[in-house]
Amino acid sequence: MDARRLFSGEFRLAELHPAKLLAALFLLAYPLFATDFFTYQIGAYALILGTIALSLMMLAGYGGMVSLAQLTVAGVAGYSMAIFGTNSVEVMGLGWPWYVTVPFAILLAALFSAFVGAISVRTEGIYTIMITLAIAVAFFYFVRQNYLIFNGFTGYAGIEPPTLLGVYWRDPVPFYYLSLAIAAAAYGAVLYVSRAPFGLALQAIRDNPRRMRALGFDVTLHRVAAYFLAGLVAGTAGVLMVWFNGRISPGSVGVDVVIDILVIAVVGGLKHPVGPFLGALVFVLLENFAIDLIDRERFNTVIGLTFLLVVLFSPDGLLGLFGRARDRLRRERHARREAQRVPSGERHPAGSLEET
Amino acid sequence: MRRFVERHPFGALLIAVAVAIFVWLIFAVWPEWLVDAIGRKKTFVNTLLNGITLAGLYFLVASGFTLVFGLMRNVNLAHGSMYLLGAYIGYEVSEATGSWFLGLAVAFLAIALTGVLLQVLIFRRMEGEDLRQTLVTIGISIIAADLMLAVWTGTTYQFLPPEWLFGAAQLPIVSVIRSSGDAVYIVYPIYRLVVLAVAIAAGIALWLFLNRTRVGMMVRAGVNDREMLAASGVNVQLVFALVFAIGAGLAGMAGVIGGTALSIAPGEDIRYLLASLIVVIVGGLGSVTGAALGALLIGLAEQFGLAYFPTYGVVLTFLIMVVTLAVRPQGIMGGR
Repeated sequence: MDARRLFSGEFRLAELHPAKLLAALFLLAYPLFATDFFTYQIGAYALILGTIALSLMMLAGYGGMVSLAQLTVAGVAGYSMAIFGTNSVEVMGLGWPWYVTVPFAILLAALFSAFVGAISVRTEGIYTIMITLAIAVAFFYFVRQNYLIFNGFTGYAGIEPPTLLGVYWRDPVPFYYLSLAIAAAAYGAVLYVSRAPFGLALQAIRDNPRRMRALGFDVTLHRVAAYFLAGLVAGTAGVLMVWFNGRISPGSVGVDVVIDILVIAVVGGLKHPVGPFLGALVFVLLENFAIDLIDRERFNTVIGLTFLLVVLFSPDGLLGLFGRARDRLRRERHARREAQRVPSGERHPAGSLEET
Repeated sequence: MRRFVERHPFGALLIAVAVAIFVWLIFAVWPEWLVDAIGRKKTFVNTLLNGITLAGLYFLVASGFTLVFGLMRNVNLAHGSMYLLGAYIGYEVSEATGSWFLGLAVAFLAIALTGVLLQVLIFRRMEGEDLRQTLVTIGISIIAADLMLAVWTGTTYQFLPPEWLFGAAQLPIVSVIRSSGDAVYIVYPIYRLVVLAVAIAAGIALWLFLNRTRVGMMVRAGVNDREMLAASGVNVQLVFALVFAIGAGLAGMAGVIGGTALSIAPGEDIRYLLASLIVVIVGGLGSVTGAALGALLIGLAEQFGLAYFPTYGVVLTFLIMVVTLAVRPQGIMGGR
């Protein structure tokens, strides 16, 4: 329950695991010793991808709904930025100020996400993945053939973050901190929601929807609300994404990118919000440095194989791998201690903490 | 039929009127005001025929997808890759031997074999784990798409159908009557009509196989209750492998047929995966009849969308899916 205490003021720094503290310090100090390329192309990019994947993790991990449309949701936010804000293409670009466009784009994305949820939650399990994939692909084809609103194949360019407080926010270091702040906020929010009554109900619905319905919970409403929240996260990341790239086109919401987000979330692990960020880091590093190992053209084979290996051998991702290693270590230590203390007699089973 | 009319007299009347208008639209010579309202008749009939032939192609792809799901609950998202791989293999074979039919047969067999391998090596190892199977097939399709791009590059290929399938046929449908009094008939490529015929033949063959043979009976029994079928002494794994082979083989065959009617290029795998997904979502997962109905709806929607409101064509397809899901989440022919 520490996340709720965090918000009610009963939080003590001493309770924080030293590894977490170290990770936070590292992330904060990262731009001090990293080059611009590492700060922007690796650091900020991984944080943005991680945030989009986080919204998928939230739905899949807590709600049991694997939605492939989360990148599309981010794309809706990105396109809204181009359509309602300013862009350098002579299409649309209504020129709203950024403080109106940004919240509006995020809200629009969240509503779109809720709409996706409303369509897909009436069916269960494996249908969700099919329906959301169909929506994502349909959106891709739609923006590609629609020139009136989405400017078709070319898409939009010249979408810039505002210059605020004398800082140009697309410079590597400010942009990194902006991404970090938003990623941290999203991470904290997801962690908080997962332990709030709503999140607990959502997880209960994942485990047994019929029982929850019998207990008087509105299963559909909870699920759609989860989609809305995930849409807020994905939409915010989508705004960052369009600032990061400076442009958006059908290629940005294409099927391969949609699958990339799934790969990131699954490779990282769907059990804990830190998984997507881990996955994003691995993905971005592979994307940038796989060239040295193998032909640049065959990057998809590398990423596909990584994905396949993870799914085949560690279904809960790198986090699961890590968790299992830790469990085994802990169990061995426990067993050793037990053996010293109680030479014979009953032993307490040292089950995995994750499963409770 | 009679019971339907007795039960829903108003609905039946509505359907009858719609069918009558439809038949009139096809066979009558359009009066001026109609041409002014929705364009030339030639466009309409050609779009209709394009839609129906596209539906035939979609049916070939989607029926395999739905068959595999119906029996084994496997969502094979690598189905689109099988379509594309079948097309490439068929192309290579028909280029090497000069026989289009040999290409078709080899594509069917090769992809059927791929399907069996997939079933034995992947799906059998993770029975009952829906999500994992789906993710694995996504992984496979990523790798397959990339490797196919490496081998066949980004070039667009097109098959040449056999000579006698070339050319166009004059249909007994009058498009306009010239001022001189001559009737102008609608002309349509023969090959497209053959695609439709093949799809219908495949549909009938599937229906006969499922409803009139012993193995088909086992398949249907397996759809209803897998455990009971296994308990009554049937080698379920063998039935699974067979169904997977047929489903995958159909996709491979559709690759050759579709590659001849349209073209083969990277990205087609996604297009046909999307088509299969929407067709089975609309038609109902696991039902071959549903796949036929869904394919017809989606094929027509796509072509009419393309012809009459080009920049919003996809929305029409999408709307059909949304409305179906809202009214009947399990699809038109899907049972629970």
